Amino acid sequence: MKKHSPANGTIRVGVVQFPGSNCDDDCVDVVRRHFDFEVFKIWYQLTELPKLNAMIIPGGFSFGDYLRSGALAAHAPIMRPIKEFANRGGAVLGICNGFQILTESGLLPGALLQNRNMEFICRTVHLKSASNSILSMPIAHGEGRYWIDENNLSELEDKSRIAFRYCNEQGLTNQTANPNGSVANIAGVYSENKKILGMMPHPERASDCLMGGSSDGLKVLSEFFNRV
Amino acid sequence: MLTQSPDPQRLKTLINADQIDLKNDAELQAILKAHKISSEEFQKILKITERAPTMAELGVYSAMWSEHCSYKSSRVHLKRFPTAGTKVVVGPGENAGVVELEGELCVAFKMESHNHPSYIEPYQGAATGVGGILRDVFCMGARPIANLNCLRFGQQDHERTSYLLARAVKGIGDYGNCVGVPTVGGSVSFDATYNGNCLVNAMAVGLINRNKIFKGFAAGVGNYVVYVGSATGRDGIHGATMASDSFEQKADRSKTTVQVGDPFAEKLLLEATLEALDKNLVVGIQDMGAAGLTSSSFEMAGRAGNGLYLNLDLVPLRAKNMTAYEIMLSESQERMLMVVDPCNWPALVEVLDRWQLPHAVIGVVTNSGRMQIEARGRLEINLPVSPLTDEAPVYNRELNDVYLSNADSGALEDLQLQLQEDSVFASQLFKKMLKDVGSKKNIYEQFDRHVGARTVLDSDSGGAAVLWIRSDETKDAPYLGLALSAGCNERRVRNNPRIGAAQAVLECAKEIIAAGGLPLAVTDCLNFGSAEDPSVMRQLSDSVDGISDACRQLDTPVVSGNVSLYNATGPENIHPTPMIGMVGKVADIRRVTAARISSAGEYLIFKLSGENDSKSTAKLVASLAAKNAGLPAEEGRIADIDWDAEKNAAKAVSILRSAEIAKYVRSVGDGGLGVSIFKTCSKMLAESHSLEILTSDAGSFFGETGSTYLVCLTEVDVSRAQAILRDINVSLELVAKLYGRKENFGTMPDRSILVKTYFGCFSTTELLKEYNA
Amino acid sequence: MEYEVLVQLKGEVLDPEARAIRDTLLAQGVANVESVTIAKRYVISIGGSENESQETIKKITDTYLANPVSQTYKIKRLSP
Repeated sequence: MKKHSPANGTIRVGVVQFPGSNCDDDCVDVVRRHFDFEVFKIWYQLTELPKLNAMIIPGGFSFGDYLRSGALAAHAPIMRPIKEFANRGGAVLGICNGFQILTESGLLPGALLQNRNMEFICRTVHLKSASNSILSMPIAHGEGRYWIDENNLSELEDKSRIAFRYCNEQGLTNQTANPNGSVANIAGVYSENKKILGMMPHPERASDCLMGGSSDGLKVLSEFFNRV
Repeated sequence: MLTQSPDPQRLKTLINADQIDLKNDAELQAILKAHKISSEEFQKILKITERAPTMAELGVYSAMWSEHCSYKSSRVHLKRFPTAGTKVVVGPGENAGVVELEGELCVAFKMESHNHPSYIEPYQGAATGVGGILRDVFCMGARPIANLNCLRFGQQDHERTSYLLARAVKGIGDYGNCVGVPTVGGSVSFDATYNGNCLVNAMAVGLINRNKIFKGFAAGVGNYVVYVGSATGRDGIHGATMASDSFEQKADRSKTTVQVGDPFAEKLLLEATLEALDKNLVVGIQDMGAAGLTSSSFEMAGRAGNGLYLNLDLVPLRAKNMTAYEIMLSESQERMLMVVDPCNWPALVEVLDRWQLPHAVIGVVTNSGRMQIEARGRLEINLPVSPLTDEAPVYNRELNDVYLSNADSGALEDLQLQLQEDSVFASQLFKKMLKDVGSKKNIYEQFDRHVGARTVLDSDSGGAAVLWIRSDETKDAPYLGLALSAGCNERRVRNNPRIGAAQAVLECAKEIIAAGGLPLAVTDCLNFGSAEDPSVMRQLSDSVDGISDACRQLDTPVVSGNVSLYNATGPENIHPTPMIGMVGKVADIRRVTAARISSAGEYLIFKLSGENDSKSTAKLVASLAAKNAGLPAEEGRIADIDWDAEKNAAKAVSILRSAEIAKYVRSVGDGGLGVSIFKTCSKMLAESHSLEILTSDAGSFFGETGSTYLVCLTEVDVSRAQAILRDINVSLELVAKLYGRKENFGTMPDRSILVKTYFGCFSTTELLKEYNA
Repeated sequence: MEYEVLVQLKGEVLDPEARAIRDTLLAQGVANVESVTIAKRYVISIGGSENESQETIKKITDTYLANPVSQTYKIKRLSP
């Protein structure tokens, strides 16, 4: 299996681990298997980051989802250095609970609320990327409903900051294709400088066609790492 | 180093706690009754204790000698299980069973019941069931990689069913999802027999290196006995004795005994435990499950042949004024007991603190052979360990000589005739059956089935679950997989416990074979009615024999298990339900086959069978059709298993898969051919593809025969399939055709499922509506 | 000082749970139910002077208890 290699030098990827993170090993694994990068875990209590080029905040139930999903993690010691890293133009990918943590800490706009049907949903969905390609990837969340007020929504749309929208197999972003009631079918969002990406679906779970029939997750990860 | 050390020297200075007054007979009888201790058992207690016991000691006996902890009514039968095999690493008797998967990599797994708590408080009952079984697996050092759940509820329209179903599913989902273990399979079904007693059986599976397996062993005199995890409260006191309770009508008064789960605490406990075991910081470890501190301490001491001294004043508590009795019997969740060499203590503390786990050294290992426990200056418990664990009562309960429970009213013949001749009746029955067996999508979509990024097949694929094991330890087998299946057809067991229980094992094996795996080993959860009922004990005994037969035929030893008795409401016992969980090895996950068609195209669906197609009514016995036609499970007699036919059919499936001819394979079980065809095509039917069913007789459509699989082929492969199977004694019969698009049969629109000869045409929407209800 | 903090979703955000409760009540025939709002209630005791504790409870609420993007809150002093 050919690995994706960086253009210049080794890329160092840190995967943050909070008490309750569940997908940290999966994220480390997918980077190790498919990319020629150095990857390691970062414990939430560090107040200083080691040298790195990209960060992944993985899925799970950090702090048991207590208070609100991602709310307690957003105040963990590691978040200050992560904010500084982001402010310096560092690349941060937040997946599922990671997306929730990014919105709670203000690094991305909006909020992730309880699914419209009030149930946890685990299924494979289709996504339309900002460049209009259609991807297939699994979701698994109870609080994945993206909400943002009208003004800020317009801002996102104007600046092409909507990274992914839930759509059907044909690419139509209608209500039937919207699993959780997210505003404008939003499944993922970029920061202003496009270096921070938050998304509810799990690209690390769509890294091999032998599992779930899709490796579209690798495309998402490649594109993210290309922005590093 | 320790702020407060437990010091066995204190034993010399303690006052003895009050003993029970043997002279006050009325009070004594009341106490014994409340603790479910018989007068014979009490005589034994007096002999072992050599005096009247204290209340705390009585509580300990009551818990340790409860059915749930001691298996007193079932042990005489359980020892007949085949438990040995070349791949067995740890057999029954430990926290979980362990079998070799590949090289040094092993699989640890077990199934357990949480029936009674789930009927009272289904959310917490189901959630803590998951928690408990996960702990059994990870306290051996195995990282849990999959959960399966088998649920049984009363009739779909019973007033309590939808509440129990919704809450139990939510409990399982919330707990499993938060802990980060995918819930990949299991079974859910409904039957009036469970109206008063639901079943919640949870199974967990983990991976472990054979050289790193830990057991519950309190070894090393002077070693610390350490309490790790959530503080102790009053939850679940007498849960173990309640589990051996059959329900009176008023279940609600027991709400206070239900344990409350905290999956976040469990996740922390899981990570800390695995880290501590990986670093070899611990000598012995056991989770505090049923009967909490009591069972874990006695079992650990018993296995090591040692004694323990504990000071309950050192136990972290979250309720005020707890007595020794309450502390010993509390079933507060997410707690472990560890035995640690003092020189490893600082390193263990570092791990526990990092994972924010409360901990306390509450005692030390002694060589007294006794359990000596103090609280508030009094010696509350002073009992010999071995007699309590080794001499727990063993009952050879009365059982009926023969299972005399079949009826032969001719109703099955009538049913078969009616199905053949009355197409309206037949089609109504088919719809009813689809509703009964129903799509479980609304259930399994509430479970995270993909965390861990190993899932290849799960509930959505319709058959066995398959995980891809991409472990550093099996680099030479990069496509190694694990197949998992669990369930039981209780109607067949009711009809004939020996054959029905054997079939439960066989059904799991067939699902695994259909997916592409080779059955390895079995865990069981025996759910039965009252032990005082000789017909129930006959069911239990015969079931054990049936399971044993099947396990010997399949070479799948029983490596772990659980028994749940007293699933009864008054004199009404549930159908005997020996739930089976099976693991299998998949040599190559690139060669697995799902049981549900998921890609558009034209498929020819064949029935592959090892048996000669008999037209007898034996096919309808205990079938889903008979059930939905109102016939009792005991009507008629199910046929014995034809092992040669089963082996031929399994071989044929395997050959077709290896030749890449079989694109999808399903084991035909509950519901028979018609239901199985529908389930195989349900996804494509929802996308409006048309289905033509070609079988033309009621017995075949509704009957449930052995050694039968559905194999989906494309037209070009048919002759090759027939050629390859020529030398094997199996039949391959075309029974259905799934079109790659919508066709209209008949003159009305949307009539796109045709059941030839006698149903006429069905509207797909109509059937899907029943199936998805 | 003991404070009560009530946190709820902003008016313009859908609360499916509140809506489900309202719909169920109406379906059960409970007359005149007009609206249902769900709030989370925190009761927090804080030491120190009145001014200090007032500042603290506001800080706690703004930083932790309420997400300013999607939630609003009301703080009430329960007892001195």
